[in-house]
This record gives sequence, C-alpha cells and structure tokens, in this order.
Amino acid sequence: MLTSLRRLLGYRVLIQTLVVRELKARYRGSVLGFFWSFANPLLLLLVYTFVFSVVLPARFEGVDNYALFLFCGLLPWTWFSSALTEASNSLLANGNLIRKVLFPAEVLPLVAVLANMVHFLLALPILILALVLFVAVPPSLTELLWFPAVVAVQLLLTLALGLMLAALTVHFRDIRDLLANVLTLWFFATPILYPWTMVASRGPSVAGLPPAGKVLMDLNPFTHIAISYQEILFFDGPFGHWKWLLALAVAGICLFLAGYALFDRLRDSFAEEV
Amino acid sequence: MTEPAIALRDVTKLYRRYAYRRQFSTLKSALLKGSLASELEPNEVLRAVDGVSLSVTAGSTVGLIGRNGSGKSTLLKLVAGITKPTTGTVDVRGRISALIELGAGFHPEISGRENIFINGVMLGLAKREIARRFDEIVEFAELEDFIDSPVKTYSSGMYMRLGFAVAVHVDPDVLLVDEVLAVGDEGFSLKCLDKFADFKRRGKTILLVTHSLSLVERYCDEAVWVDAGRTRGHGDPRQVVHAYTTDVARSEERALASADRKAQAAAGAEGDTTQEAVSEQPVVAREPPGDMFRAAEGRWGLGPVRIDRVTLERDGAEAHVFQSGDRLAIRLAVRTPEPVHDFVFGISIFNAEGVCCYGTNTDIEEFEPVELAGAGEVTFAIDSLDLVEGTYKLDVAAHTRQGLQYDYHRLLHTFRVKSRTKDAGIYRPRHRWSFTPAVRLTPRRT
Repeated sequence: MLTSLRRLLGYRVLIQTLVVRELKARYRGSVLGFFWSFANPLLLLLVYTFVFSVVLPARFEGVDNYALFLFCGLLPWTWFSSALTEASNSLLANGNLIRKVLFPAEVLPLVAVLANMVHFLLALPILILALVLFVAVPPSLTELLWFPAVVAVQLLLTLALGLMLAALTVHFRDIRDLLANVLTLWFFATPILYPWTMVASRGPSVAGLPPAGKVLMDLNPFTHIAISYQEILFFDGPFGHWKWLLALAVAGICLFLAGYALFDRLRDSFAEEV
Repeated sequence: MTEPAIALRDVTKLYRRYAYRRQFSTLKSALLKGSLASELEPNEVLRAVDGVSLSVTAGSTVGLIGRNGSGKSTLLKLVAGITKPTTGTVDVRGRISALIELGAGFHPEISGRENIFINGVMLGLAKREIARRFDEIVEFAELEDFIDSPVKTYSSGMYMRLGFAVAVHVDPDVLLVDEVLAVGDEGFSLKCLDKFADFKRRGKTILLVTHSLSLVERYCDEAVWVDAGRTRGHGDPRQVVHAYTTDVARSEERALASADRKAQAAAGAEGDTTQEAVSEQPVVAREPPGDMFRAAEGRWGLGPVRIDRVTLERDGAEAHVFQSGDRLAIRLAVRTPEPVHDFVFGISIFNAEGVCCYGTNTDIEEFEPVELAGAGEVTFAIDSLDLVEGTYKLDVAAHTRQGLQYDYHRLLHTFRVKSRTKDAGIYRPRHRWSFTPAVRLTPRRT
C-alpha cells in the first residue's frame, strides 16, 4: 500500500501530461478554444441571474444576490459531479490502455478528477470578478486564505470517491447509470440552491439531537464544502465553519486510503474485466 | 549473461468464462444476495496458461508459435506484466516494451507530435529522452508531413507506424511483439525487421508471437510451441516449427475427413443398398443440373450403377492431406444390382476457384466396357501429385457412353495439398532449373 502510494508520486509527470492532454483535447477544434473555460461559467452565471431575478425571483433571508450565492456552490459541485462521472467511466473508456499496455490504472481516475479541477480553477476568475462587482463586502484576505484548504479537502474527497467508483464500475457497470441519479439527488440534498439555515431548523428533533434536517445535512460531506465556499466567498464575517472542514479533511484522508486500498485490491482484475 | 532475461516458473493463468449467469449479475443482485465478495470470484474458469515454465536467456530472440487461442498472447501479457499469473512467478530483467497493441494510448483529437510525447511518457520515458529521439521517431514512422495533424486524420497504416515507431524507440531491454509485423506496406515491414535485427545485434531480448513460421525459422534463436496453454516444444526453431506443422497437418486431416463424411452423408452417398433406398434420398436429384460447370456440390443419377464409397489413399493408407509430389490413389467402390454393359468411370479435380485442373474418364482413355456385375472397385492412381498448394475437390462419376448419368458425385470429396514451395498456378509441371556459369545462384539455406 505504501509502496503503491510512493509509486503514485513517480507518476506525476504522466498524470500532468495526461491532464494537459485532456484539457487540450477538450477544446480542440472549437473556435474559441480555451476561452470556453471562462465563457461557460460566465454564460451559466448569466442564465441563472436571468432565471432567478426575472423569471422566478428567489428570496432567501440573508441572501441578497441569489444568482451569485448559487454560483458559489454550483461551481465546486460541477467539478465534483463531472469528476465522479468521468472517473467512474475512466477505466472502461481507456480499456485499451488497461488491457494492452503496462499502464498504472489509478492514473486514469486521478486525471479525470484533476482535469475537472483545472476547469473549476479556470472558472474562478469570473466568480471573483462578479463578487467584486456585485457584492457589497468582498471577501477578506484572511478568509481567502482558507480557500485553498477547501479546494484541497474537496480534491481529497473527490479522489477517494473517484478511485472507488472507477474500480467498482469495472465490475458493476450499473454504477454508471446509478451514479447520474444519485448525483442529482445529492445535489438537491446539499445546500447549493438554498442556504443551509433554511433546512437546519426543519424536522423533528429526537433524543436531544438537533433537528433531523440539520443532522441529515451534517452527515452529507458536501454540505460542509458548499458552506465553506459560501462563507468564504459570499457571506460577510469571518469563516466560522473551519472545524467541520478540518473534520472533513481527516475523514477525507481515511476515505482516500480506503479508496486506494480498494482500488489496489481490485487492480489485478481490471485487465480481464474491462 | 547466464542470468535469464525472462523467467517463468510454473505459471498458470485462469480466466473466468462468461457464463450466462455471471453476465447478468449486477451490483443490485450482488447486494441483494450479499455476495459482493463471491461475485468477484471466478466460478467457471478457463486455463489460458497451464503450468508453463520458460526461461529466455538475455540477448536471444524467441518465437512463440501455436494455434489461435492456444495462450500465446496471454503468455506475452503475463511477461509484460499487464496481467498477473494466478499461480507461479514471472521475472523479467530490464525495461520492457510491449508491442501488443500499437498506439494504444493515442488521443485522436491531438497532433501526432503531442501524442509521441504522451505515448513516450506512458511507456516510461522522460520528456528529455523523448525530445532527443523525436526526430528519429518521426523519420522512422515516415510521418514528417503529418506530424502536426491530429491523429484522427491518420490512415490506419500511419497510426500503426507511429505506434510502432514510439514503442521501438523506448529502447527496451526486452521487446515483446504480438503479431504486429503485418503493419504497413512491404517497405515498412522490412524496416521493422531491420529494427529487430538491430535490437538483436545490440544484445536485446525479443519475445515474438507470430503465425509467420518462416519468420520464426529465419529470425529466432529458439522457438516455443504453445498448445492449449502448455508448452509442447521448445528449442531449435526449425525442429519446433516442423513438429508444429506436422501437428497442424494431422488435425487438418481429421477436420477434412470429418467434413468429407458429412458432405457425403448429406448427399446420400453412404448407407443405401437398394434401388428403393436411393429413390428415397431427397437430395439425389434425378436430373443433372443444366450447367455442369456451375453446379454446386451434390449427387444425382438414375442408377443402376452406384458409387458407394470414395476413398483417397497415400501408399495404401487413407489420407486427406498430401504433400505436393505424393502418390495419390482414388478408390471407388462401385456396385450394380443387375449386370450393365455400357459404363464409363470419370474423375475430375477442381481447385478452390472451381477451375478444373484435370479431368478424364475410361472412355476418353479408350477402355471398352465389357461387363459390370455385382460389386467391384475402380482405382485411379497418380504417381506424383504435381499440384500447387491448396484445397481441391473431386467429381467422380459413373455414366453411359452417351453421357446418361448412373451416379454423379459433384465436389463431394475434398483433399488438401501442401507444399514447401509457394509456387503459383494450377499445375506444377515436372521441372528443374539450370544455369550457365556466368549466372550464379546458390540454394538458400532456410
């Protein structure tokens, strides 16, 4: 296990090369090319702004610019969901490499996650620009220092799940279809479309625990990631969610090790099952 | 130098067969039955490689031969480390490059140039090393004009050439090749062979899976014959290839014999002893087809003379596969319920294209029929079967001098002719070459 992890470090050139390939290949042949990485989130932001201020005006307490609020959670979610979708399919899509070439299989889900992270990072300037232009109090520098930490925790969590899904999808192709629906449900269960305070007080409270709505949300790891982004980027005041974030980081490390162990255990079966 | 470059010790590889049940088992059923772990265990297995021990000395070129599905490619994948043996150990010393699927990692959307770098990194080269060999790779692949076009615009030959070029420029210590010499045109194949020869000179180890036996005889130091997952022979290429071809001929013989029996049975050539039985045979057409030369295989005729059995023999033993120049005897078992005084026996040999190579009958050769009564045998013997390599079919017939068919077997009997010389045509006349002293040739040693 440790030697495998160390070997993984040795693949960083390969991973880097493949991520670059992935990014290059995605926009190859389009007129705007890399510009789409900026244009896509910008267009998305415009659509959401139009829908939620003109068509379906959304009102939540403490959320004055709903489209921007939504955007703070939506961009990381897009990274998360498309990374998992691609990672779960990555071994099957590259069956040739697994079956015919001596190739470190774990590189494939990692590349899927990292390439989507780059897209996320490329979309950030648009978000930051919009925040500076439209929000009364832009995020403070001390708050922004937490930002890389949130990205790191999300990366860890996504990698862990990506590895597991990639390995299991080889054996159970159903996961691909299942995943799409699970992700939709997960999206609505996470405070991205609505602020978490709206759900936190709902539901009965049992045996002295907080209300059921809060318990359920707290159990969802992406809740804390979404809240962290929202607190850092959107809401005023200091970043108060850091304890949850640290707890999630610890859980993320454990999950990553578990995911890697699972992947390692199933590794030998890939060449035959893909 | 005595240290083997590749050492396989008692290697067995089991593959799970895709049984009906397994194919439809899903995550849901695995979860429902709580059998997630056991579903991942093979239930019905195929021994692709069965207890193979093999050691290849560093610097030698070894050819793996064997029928399709005998486990050659699996063996190569085990050596490459792409799959792990179920039991046993595989040790390989040095950097491996496996030419199993060329250009496996190419991305169609990006240029040949970028793909060379990515593919090189995948095969374990540092970027600097690739940059140094870049020109050489492009030149070898003959793609100077296309190197900046996306790979999806390449023809399949260009694609393969690029894949081959990258793989051989990895500068491996051990090169594994799986039937990839069929890449590209004649010129490129020769270049590949040159590259192999170059590897050989520099003391690299090459393991080659191929169906081209002459390649094995010419290039390999050793040959390994794999059959049903086991090694059947290992050693001098010429001996191993000979043992293999003999075995192939033998099983071909068996296959032809059984196909022959089936064809004859389908045409009703066996089993019937009475006139009534003949008329009950649905496949026996009463009338011959309009155009004899276009007729498909079959049997027809009005009797009473019947050809009950046709056997092909070499030196008294039944055979279906012959070497060019062998003795061939075609034996017809004939029978008639009533004495007949007007009869002719004929034989024609057709090649696979349907060309009649030779045809004759007793009437053409001026035998006057006197009487045929009861059962007898007619033998047509060829002292030297001077046909080129190929599959041949026979027409045999008994008819009247006016051409009224008693019993006609159309293309029902098949035999194969094998030949070391791959000459062309339909007939090999007895011949020899001679040269005046100014024209010097010498027989090739193969």
